[in-house]
Amino acid sequence: MGLYWSFLTVLALLAITAPTALLFGFGGATAARSHVAPLRWLGKSYIAIVRGVPDIIFFLFFVIAIDQGLEWARHQILCPDWTEAIRQGNDFRVCPAAKLPLSTAPQWVHEVYGFATAVVTFAIVFGAFAANVLYGAMQAVPLGQLETAGAYGMSRRQTFWRVLVPQMWIYALPGLSNLWMILIKATPLLFLLGVEDIVYWARELGGSKMARFSDYPHGDWRLWYFLGLLVFYLGFTKISEAVLERITKRLSRGQATIGAGT
Amino acid sequence: MSCLETIQAYGLRSIGIGERLLPKADFTLCQQFTLIGSGLIWNIYFAVLALMIGFFLANAVALGKSARAPWLRRPANWFILVFRGSPLFIQFFLAYFIFLRLKQAGALPWLTSAQAGALLVLVLNTAAYSAEIFYGALRSVPKGEVEAADAYGMTGWTRFTRVIWPTSMRLAWPAYTNEAIFLFHATTLVFFSGFPAWQQRGDALYYANYFADKTFNPFVAYPIVAFYFICLTLVITGIFGLVNKRLNRHLPQEKRARIKLRPQYIR
Repeated sequence: MGLYWSFLTVLALLAITAPTALLFGFGGATAARSHVAPLRWLGKSYIAIVRGVPDIIFFLFFVIAIDQGLEWARHQILCPDWTEAIRQGNDFRVCPAAKLPLSTAPQWVHEVYGFATAVVTFAIVFGAFAANVLYGAMQAVPLGQLETAGAYGMSRRQTFWRVLVPQMWIYALPGLSNLWMILIKATPLLFLLGVEDIVYWARELGGSKMARFSDYPHGDWRLWYFLGLLVFYLGFTKISEAVLERITKRLSRGQATIGAGT
Repeated sequence: MSCLETIQAYGLRSIGIGERLLPKADFTLCQQFTLIGSGLIWNIYFAVLALMIGFFLANAVALGKSARAPWLRRPANWFILVFRGSPLFIQFFLAYFIFLRLKQAGALPWLTSAQAGALLVLVLNTAAYSAEIFYGALRSVPKGEVEAADAYGMTGWTRFTRVIWPTSMRLAWPAYTNEAIFLFHATTLVFFSGFPAWQQRGDALYYANYFADKTFNPFVAYPIVAFYFICLTLVITGIFGLVNKRLNRHLPQEKRARIKLRPQYIR
């Protein structure tokens, strides 16, 4: 049963993460071309952190960092008169009321919380990638269009929403579809974040079963489970490729790009 | 223990030289830097060997893909599809269990170790990605150059080695630089997949993860890995930039292709 749920977990992760990451990316890209210097630095450095560092480090880092950050904040608010230090040697101790999720919470809350931190982590990392793509796309919109909008008396905000944003998608699409493929291929990393995903179940169910402990004794089947996963991912990327191809064709109607012809 | 002693004890820990036991508690910054740095040996080992072997394989596959004969083209296409279309993480797992089966059957037992098995997976993976790059480059060799070669009376192999291949390398090099960087980043996945770290000899991220687990504090160990990786990425960019300069040495200054970092992120 868990295995089938875990496929849904992966699909749910993709469905939630993709728009969230796009939102993060949009924010990052907008910040990076802002006229307020600190905001611009923030956006640029957000984009820049993805370069030079393996993303798996971000995944491992953010999950703990988010968890500890939230608990620390709740600790400051909920238990103001707690005197002991939070970091005691090798321990991270907050007062019981600040624990996330509360130790009295039912099991599903723990699972949802784990999943939520994973989603936020993915969104942060892929948001940076998306910001990079969207930033490039915003630069690619012909400057003449923006100047024309200005000449018509549109304010900066109006130009941004009415001219720049509608036009940038076609430039962003190749990058974004590439990103979607990468996102699909990053989902097995959920396993590292402690979510019981398909990799977890493939390992669990595939491992050898003894007749004494299980109704269905079998040898080591992990090979076949992972072969199944490989085929699943291959099929998934293949289908996505076909769908994205159609979207590109659709979006490039009436655009002066190479993709528009034929 | 002073920092120098720590370096002596743990500097080569990842290849099994020095202190056997990893530090257990009260980690100093020096210990973390040293151990993570020693893990970096494996990252470099995987990246350098996989790139060197993968380069030749990738050229062969790219040629296969651009061949006219279907018995050459189809396998090349499938090879590229399988290795580019599936996550590297799953490939590691699958490969490990295949090697385990082989070992049980008594064949090639050394493939279950990360040094050989994971290297093989990385070679195949980078070969697939680079083959796609090289194939694209082969197709975008300017027609004029080929016609000029024809006019000089070059045919077949001579034309390929003297004109087509060098030009395609020139065209492919910026993209190949990115591939090299991201292969280097992908080496961190090795010890998080099926491959076990024998006697706690792991790569940089393996040790960083060890420290983060023990201290429950991600804010020290992971930035250290990130620091190392940024430095080494700069080194790779530098080396590939030198090669790029040499490849394009006959061109006027402004025409030379600059290497642009276009990350491919995860595979």
